[in-house]
Amino acid sequence: MRQRIGNLPGILHKKQGDYRQVKHALSATTVRVSLPACKDTVYQMPRPILELRSLSKDYPGHRAVVDISLTLERGGFYSLLGASGCGKTTTLRMIGGFEQPTAGEVILDGSIVNTLKPYQRDVSTVFQNYALFPHLTALRNVEFGLRERRAKDSEPRALRALDLVQLTAKRDSLPAQLSGGEKQRVALARSLVLEPRLLLLDEPLAALDPKLRKQMRAELKAMQRKTGITFLFVTHDQEEALSLSDKLAVMNAGRIEQFGTPEEVYLRPATAFVAGFLGAINWFGKAGVRPESTRIARQLPATSERRQGAVESTLFLGNCVHVNVRLEAGDRAIAEVPRRIGSIEDNTFSEGETVWLHWQPADEMRFE
Amino acid sequence: MKLRTLSLLPARVWMALFFAAPLAIVCAYSFLTRGDYGGVEQPWTLENFTRIADPLYLAILWRSVWIAGLATALCILMGFPLALFISRAGRRKSLYLQLVLLPFWTSFLVRTYAWLFILRDTGLINTVLTGLHLISAPLPLLYNDGAVLVGLVYNFLPFFVLPMYATLERLDPALLEAAADLGARPLAVVWRVIVPVSAPGIAAGAVLVFIPCLGAYLTPDLLGGGKSVMLGNLIQNQFTTARDWPFGSAASLVLMLASALLLSLLMRSKVAKELM
Repeated sequence: MRQRIGNLPGILHKKQGDYRQVKHALSATTVRVSLPACKDTVYQMPRPILELRSLSKDYPGHRAVVDISLTLERGGFYSLLGASGCGKTTTLRMIGGFEQPTAGEVILDGSIVNTLKPYQRDVSTVFQNYALFPHLTALRNVEFGLRERRAKDSEPRALRALDLVQLTAKRDSLPAQLSGGEKQRVALARSLVLEPRLLLLDEPLAALDPKLRKQMRAELKAMQRKTGITFLFVTHDQEEALSLSDKLAVMNAGRIEQFGTPEEVYLRPATAFVAGFLGAINWFGKAGVRPESTRIARQLPATSERRQGAVESTLFLGNCVHVNVRLEAGDRAIAEVPRRIGSIEDNTFSEGETVWLHWQPADEMRFE
Repeated sequence: MKLRTLSLLPARVWMALFFAAPLAIVCAYSFLTRGDYGGVEQPWTLENFTRIADPLYLAILWRSVWIAGLATALCILMGFPLALFISRAGRRKSLYLQLVLLPFWTSFLVRTYAWLFILRDTGLINTVLTGLHLISAPLPLLYNDGAVLVGLVYNFLPFFVLPMYATLERLDPALLEAAADLGARPLAVVWRVIVPVSAPGIAAGAVLVFIPCLGAYLTPDLLGGGKSVMLGNLIQNQFTTARDWPFGSAASLVLMLASALLLSLLMRSKVAKELM
């Protein structure tokens, strides 16, 4: 038996309890369990905002998404990370309603939405190239969805959303008059103003220049925290996914390789693919070690986790130096060493120099 | 001589002989007096142009504008959904475009004549309807404004569909998805996004239909049976039965100037891009 009730007074007592939380409490599933001791005790189990069950998408000749399952909790920042063609965008499009799954279920806030059209789903998408309506001003773009819902206070609400993305000054500008970053914000405001259960973002930062990208990244995260809306962010950039997400799913060839927190996927990757995709990796036999965990020494280190090799080249990266070493077995490995500070430690290696690479057993990653 | 000059020479000679010169002659004629047996005579006069202000001719002008406008509106109403359908037809696009162009495989005259056999009292429609005993007497389908409209819309619809298709083809599909995503149902997507975004294409197609309809001569002559007089018929009449070449020339010039004015107004707007 399911009922929609909420622990309203409790939340209202919290000073910082915002509207979102109230909404979440209201939509939480309550389960009545009859126990001999205390009859009618009510347990609240939060219902996931989105659940993908064995979702697949086949196209003639190739399988874009293969049997993926994923559960997103309310109010989190989630990412789908993968190279282009890994099925992440197809997955997003199935959630948005732009593609029909071949098999499996998309469950939004407890109900199966497989057959619902995009305009019937309470999710919103920020498109890769923003897809702003070129004939409408920034304000009218943001108002579009509200007008479609016949909202009475559409203009003030749209103005508040523009204010949230700090674009009030550009309310009467047409998209052609806006910069890339501004278009991005309008697209974000246009979706956020509808307070969707789930916001889908399809590589929204890909079209921005690197400096702006970092700034928008911080703003996206802040926006997510401020609104409490669940974000599902699609990207091919591991740095974006790691820095933004509460949890991320790494996709490869239509499957989810691993779903976990940034720390989990980076430090304890489930597969060799995940390990390699999230950062460089040195292979010492069956053990994989990240360059930043790989030490370099001229003297024989007092550990059995070591390999000898010759310095092939060094790469100055500003905040660190990458020393490329050719191992005795013929493999290559990278040791990331801090930039030389004063003369405390001599981190300058010359080409051809014989060195030892060593690491700690705890930093080893092993896969089947 | 440079290659450029040389290669343009045939076109220049052609245009000079068969466009500029006749136009100059028409211009000159429009300011002369009619000869008793056709042709033109001195003295120079402006009377041909002032005569156009006569209520009789103004009525014909207005009627031409009205019928051309109606034909254009019908072309938009039928052509826009058709162009939208073709632009979203995927692999079948080129097949549908070929079908739209199919009528051009036969001559304009033949196509218009064909309508006589469909619309006349003993024509296809009336034969079928009487055969089914739905009507007792044939419907008067031919020799009226309706017949002229049918002919104009039929002949000029492709001129609207093709530029409209080109515009809709360029429309970013993400815009339609974004609209649906924001809650717009299919009809709202068309009305609130596709129509406004493709408005320049609609205007461009409308001009391409309106201008030839305004000067149409053959269709109103054949299907209107001389009863439905449009500007084109008036001009033709002046050069034949009425033997008033100067007035015919003046009327031609007015028609041309009106079309040129309309075109130049549109060329200055965004529509120009769609026509190019």
